Amino acid sequence: MAPRQVVVVGAGPGGLRTVEQLRKKGYDGALTVVGDEPHAPYDRPALSKQVLLGKAEPTALALRGAEQLAALGADFRLGRRAVSLDVPEARLELDDGDTLRFDALVLATGCGARRLQIGAGLAGVHYLRSLDDAVAVRAALATARRIVVVGGGFIGCEVAAAARALGLEVTLVEAAAAPLAPILGGRVGELVTQLHVERGVTVRSGTGVAGIDGGTRVESVRLSDGSEVAADVVVLGVGTQPSTDWLAGSGLTLDNGVLCDRHCSAGTGVFAVGDVARWYNPLFDEVMRIEHWTNAAEQAAVVAANVQAYLAGGAGAPLADYAPVPYFWSDQYDTRIQFAGRTRAGDDVHLLPPAGDGRERVALYGREERLVGALAMNSPRSLLRYRQAIGARASWDSTLDELAGVGA
Amino acid sequence: MQIHIDLGKCCGYGNCVLAAPDVFALDDVSNLAVALVTEPDEALRPAIDRAIDECPTEAITTVA
Ligand SMILES: Cc1cc2nc3c(=O)[nH]c(=O)nc-3n(C[C@H](O)[C@H](O)[C@H](O)COP(=O)(O)OP(=O)(O)OC[C@H]3O[C@@H](n4cnc5c(N)ncnc54)[C@H](O)[C@@H]3O)c2cc1C
Ligand code: SF4
Repeated sequence: MAPRQVVVVGAGPGGLRTVEQLRKKGYDGALTVVGDEPHAPYDRPALSKQVLLGKAEPTALALRGAEQLAALGADFRLGRRAVSLDVPEARLELDDGDTLRFDALVLATGCGARRLQIGAGLAGVHYLRSLDDAVAVRAALATARRIVVVGGGFIGCEVAAAARALGLEVTLVEAAAAPLAPILGGRVGELVTQLHVERGVTVRSGTGVAGIDGGTRVESVRLSDGSEVAADVVVLGVGTQPSTDWLAGSGLTLDNGVLCDRHCSAGTGVFAVGDVARWYNPLFDEVMRIEHWTNAAEQAAVVAANVQAYLAGGAGAPLADYAPVPYFWSDQYDTRIQFAGRTRAGDDVHLLPPAGDGRERVALYGREERLVGALAMNSPRSLLRYRQAIGARASWDSTLDELAGVGA
Repeated sequence: MQIHIDLGKCCGYGNCVLAAPDVFALDDVSNLAVALVTEPDEALRPAIDRAIDECPTEAITTVA
């Protein structure tokens, strides 16, 4: 029998963790990791935080040292892109013409920044997804006086916070009623607005962007309400797109990510992990795609176990479910925002009164009699409690009753 | 077995507390992880391994 070969496409945390978990679980066959960035796996969340603030050198972000990587006994093909996949033939083609055969394949290609037509080709207009992007944004901020950040999602909010800390004049533009409101609801959005306004950011919510103007360099941003904001730098944080273009024609189902079953399996012997995977989460009875760091790490453990089970038992092997409580954090100024669970428009939102010195805020989200989400600002221990409760399928009423009992 | 938490790496996500509540907690003041027992019993090994696996920052290590 030929030696076994597992191929992982994407060298982010999802890919890296999958490889580590495979080795940890005793897989001793061949392992190849294909990653199109030239860098070894690195700490992406730091890009919009420590890197922009100048608190971490871009070269110091590697998740593992060279020795640790070497100890994995994997063939890291960095700077190489996978360009096509043939599932029935179990063959992967790379951009240098090389083809890899595999017994099991793990897709961990993450997302790219969603790009807009407007502003294309103008100097001073940036996106932020990769290490190279962050180096460019950091250099741009060093000489700029005024920045317009388009998009009040997590990345936009963090860029605004970092730019403010660096002393720039900052305008944050969000099409919805408030930054983060589409994700966390209007009341939490107001708290986030407050956070930024207190620090001197001009928050322009409820307006889109009509254009980005300038000669060769950006000079101003035109908003859909007709007003204009001068800018030396513009950062566009307007969403992401799963990196699946190259999988067209592979036979896998692509629908806002690689569609997977409850075991993160996308097809026979093919699994997906991290930002690119859209899988059925039985805990929420929902097909979801989660763009958070901890998800990539946790999902990798399940995917590695399932790859092992598949290699041992073939197509009918029993596989493990992946049923996590999604979790993320964001740092803005000295506020840590954490969210656990899953929320959507129409959920009940219960905002608890401020605690601690007023900086601790907690909001709970309920739907169909269940506690489905919890948000905490500067209150990691309450978040932990509710995260556990969400995992245990706590009822919404009993959660609220308990709070009423303690007078909150 | 001894537990070491690198507080320079720990960001207080609390995954370790969920994985091994008898071993880890979040500190009241710093909000970072603390070990509740310095030399935990071998019986706690599986839970501790899970905590190490699930810590997103690789802050936890053990020495035999
Ligand atoms: C600026 C920024 C800040 C963030 N902050 C936070 C935070 O505070 N908290 C949080 O929870 N999450 C945060 N995230 C999200 C988090 O970084 C992601 O969820 C995580 O990186 C996902 O890991 P992944 O391995 O799935 O994908 P990625 O990290 O995206 O890795 C995928 C890799 O695959 C490569 N690739 C793509 N296509 C191919 C191909 N065809 N061939 C070969 N390689 C390919 C990509 O270039 C990339 O290197 C942040 C993200 C960004 C961009
Ligand atoms: S899981 Fe890791 S980062 Fe999180 S609290 Fe524990 S030690 Fe700290």
